[in-house]
Amino acid sequence: MSVLEIKNLVKRFGGLTATDNVTLNIEAGEIHALIGPNGAGKTTLISQIVGEQLPDGGSILFNAEDITHLPVPTRAKKGLARSYQITQLCKEFTALENVMLAVQARRANNFHFFRDAHAEQEIVHAAEYAIAQVGLTPRAHTAVAVLAHGEHRQLELAVALALKPKMLLLDEPLAGMSQGESEEMVALLQNLRGQYPMLLVEHDMDAVFALADRISVLVYGRVIATDTPQAIRDNADVKAAYLGH
Amino acid sequence: MPASLIITQALHGVQLGVLLFLLAAGLTLVFGIMNFVNLAHGALYMMGAYFAAAVFAKTNSFILAVLAGLFGGALLGFVVERVALTRLYARDHLDQVLATFGLILFFNELVRVIWGAGSVFMQVPDALSETVSIFGINYPSYRFAIIGVGLAVAAGLWFLIQKTRVGMLIRAGASNAPMVAALGVNITMLNSLVFALGAGLAGLAGAMAGPILSVQPGMGDNILILTLVVIIVGGLGSIRGALYGALIVGVVDTLGRAFLPMVMRNLFDRNLADAAGPALASMLIYLLMAVVLAIKPQGLFPAQK
Amino acid sequence: MMMNGLLSQWRSPRGIVCILGLLALAALPFVSAALDSPYYAKLATRIMIYALAAVSLNIILGYGGMVSLGHSMFILIGAYAVTIPTFHGITNGWIQLAIAVICAAGIAALTGAICLRTNGMAFIMITLAFAQMMFFLAVSMKNYGGDDGLTLPERSHFGLFTLTSNGALYGFTFAALLLALFFVYRLVNSPFGMVLRGIKQNERRVRALGHSPFRYQLSAYILSACIASIAGFLLANLTNFASPAYGAWTLSGELIVIIILGGTATVFGPVVGAALFLLLEEALPHLVEAIAPDYKSNWMMILGILIVVMTLILKRGMYGSLSGAAPERAK
Repeated sequence: MSVLEIKNLVKRFGGLTATDNVTLNIEAGEIHALIGPNGAGKTTLISQIVGEQLPDGGSILFNAEDITHLPVPTRAKKGLARSYQITQLCKEFTALENVMLAVQARRANNFHFFRDAHAEQEIVHAAEYAIAQVGLTPRAHTAVAVLAHGEHRQLELAVALALKPKMLLLDEPLAGMSQGESEEMVALLQNLRGQYPMLLVEHDMDAVFALADRISVLVYGRVIATDTPQAIRDNADVKAAYLGH
Repeated sequence: MPASLIITQALHGVQLGVLLFLLAAGLTLVFGIMNFVNLAHGALYMMGAYFAAAVFAKTNSFILAVLAGLFGGALLGFVVERVALTRLYARDHLDQVLATFGLILFFNELVRVIWGAGSVFMQVPDALSETVSIFGINYPSYRFAIIGVGLAVAAGLWFLIQKTRVGMLIRAGASNAPMVAALGVNITMLNSLVFALGAGLAGLAGAMAGPILSVQPGMGDNILILTLVVIIVGGLGSIRGALYGALIVGVVDTLGRAFLPMVMRNLFDRNLADAAGPALASMLIYLLMAVVLAIKPQGLFPAQK
Repeated sequence: MMMNGLLSQWRSPRGIVCILGLLALAALPFVSAALDSPYYAKLATRIMIYALAAVSLNIILGYGGMVSLGHSMFILIGAYAVTIPTFHGITNGWIQLAIAVICAAGIAALTGAICLRTNGMAFIMITLAFAQMMFFLAVSMKNYGGDDGLTLPERSHFGLFTLTSNGALYGFTFAALLLALFFVYRLVNSPFGMVLRGIKQNERRVRALGHSPFRYQLSAYILSACIASIAGFLLANLTNFASPAYGAWTLSGELIVIIILGGTATVFGPVVGAALFLLLEEALPHLVEAIAPDYKSNWMMILGILIVVMTLILKRGMYGSLSGAAPERAK
């Protein structure tokens, strides 16, 4: 049983078919990279998986459960964690507070009005752990608005990890990072290999080939190949469509 | 209940609806295109009424008075937009609410300073002071004229929006403002134009309402809220919604106030009916709004995105 | 650990203003009595009542990001929860408070559930429309004074004490304000409060974590309505009067001005804002009289302009612009 099964997914915007009969599986424990030229529809696909957009046809199964039309929070509670290409963080909160929100989401009941969330050891420790996992501990108490871009991306990952998800959807986690920052992030993701199945959307080919167990190539909304990195490297269609750039 | 009474009240409802449409059309465009909460719209309506009353007092020409309301409102709207409001398009709705609230206070007081705190009288023009025979009743010509003007404006707006280049830009702006700007259109000028158009329509409504409602400080406040209800019921950014919503609200409100107490007296015991009837009648359109929102939160005729 | 945090906050500029303000409010009735001038005590009571209303609105507006123009509706409910029972012979303050809070909660639950189906501009307009609806409802209640309102012949009594003396009302109001401030102080850092504030900053992100915003926003809306109804209860006692005007939407607008003046996402800001606003309302007529005596009664014009200017210039409000504690704690 695959962790995520996408079957014949279709999404149209007027005359444009952004997702053209996409079938894709993510297996337990694998890092599955999704690559493709700009405008191929990668982010649209991700947003349909998490529920921010609803498909026009096809289905999505998560751990054998049909989530195709479920609302976003419900899917998140079932274990789908996403990091955003353009970081989506609570800017006035500190890094730690952002992660605390994620930890709180796992709790059954957040309707406590008097106790101080910052004093709840359960919440704080879990948040600090996720922060430590991505190496942001020295900056935990800094407001997000003040953090650097690379730190935002680290925080996005920490937030996703704090959800203790059943699957990670990472939308361009290396975007805008320097060489050094990218290497750190890749090392991080290597450490997480096997713990969480991942669908990784990325443009950074070095990172993709270092991390991916399998690669799918999306061009004009269609998956033109799904295979091991070596096979993709040698695939003529893929070369023509994409790797030539 | 005589049929003539029902027809008269129904026509009153259409007349109110038409006035509300003039206000709602401009406001819904400002909401839809500029994403701007303009609470001062009622103040523009009020200024239009005062401009018209002042011109009428000086010239005794109703035509000139109406034009003064229309163009005075448009010009005032343009100036206010340029001076104070342009900066606020990028700000959040809270700041927009605050600033336009401040403008309401300012204008309500301004008219007191210039024209005094009491009502200014504006006479129905002689040419329209008779009645017309319609649907078997005699209906006041002036109110009938309002309906006529309103429907003519609706037709004119439809032509402008659907058939002209400016209208195309407005429609494009309503569905995707950043795109329009990216295409090289002077979005600032387009915004000012839309705002001035809405302000002019509000001023026109005020000018025409002058003779039948009293021209007084604060006259814009209640009608502003009615207009907001119209836009919510009709759908933000949709002129079609503004028209249908306005007619629905106008008719329901008027017929409700006229007949609901009577109906309730027939259905319930007198004391209850007398207590609840007027209350329910005044709350009717808000209850209608609540029902529409519960079923279709985006309004009955939402703008096509 | 928490005490250290508290102490460091009290030493910041905001903390100092907060302490001084509360001390001044505590001392005022005694000073006023010594000077034999009840005017200032009454004004201060009024300030505290407006502050209480603003504190309640700040929960949903400053912390929750929901711009409600209908908040005066709940003040209206609180005020009539005093006058109508008294009209029928019930002058027990506990009962009146219970009526106020329960009615406010019920109506907030109903209207909030509808309002929260929309957001942004529509939300603002719908809250305004509902408030207008309540206003007309009050006007149509001819048995209870209708447009003219209903006087309160006898203030609420609480068994051990009554609010009849201005001093007692002052003390009761001060206590209510302190309680409310404390409640909000705990609320904003609580698990509930953190989610609410997160929703204001980035609703999309909070949904993607698995929180459903609606229940948090509706709960905050109901809580804020209940506190506002208490402000209404106090207002009716202060003025010995309740009228539909207490639910006028212009009052909602004034509350928003007060919050902005003081600084939105701060606990004590609304108190500062209320003081500034009401003192401004007292001072402006005299100012205008000094400059242009013929227009003394038109001082609202200046107020309107000031509000516009303030909005265009001030981003964080007067109190909010003062530096507070380190960003890790909201104050």
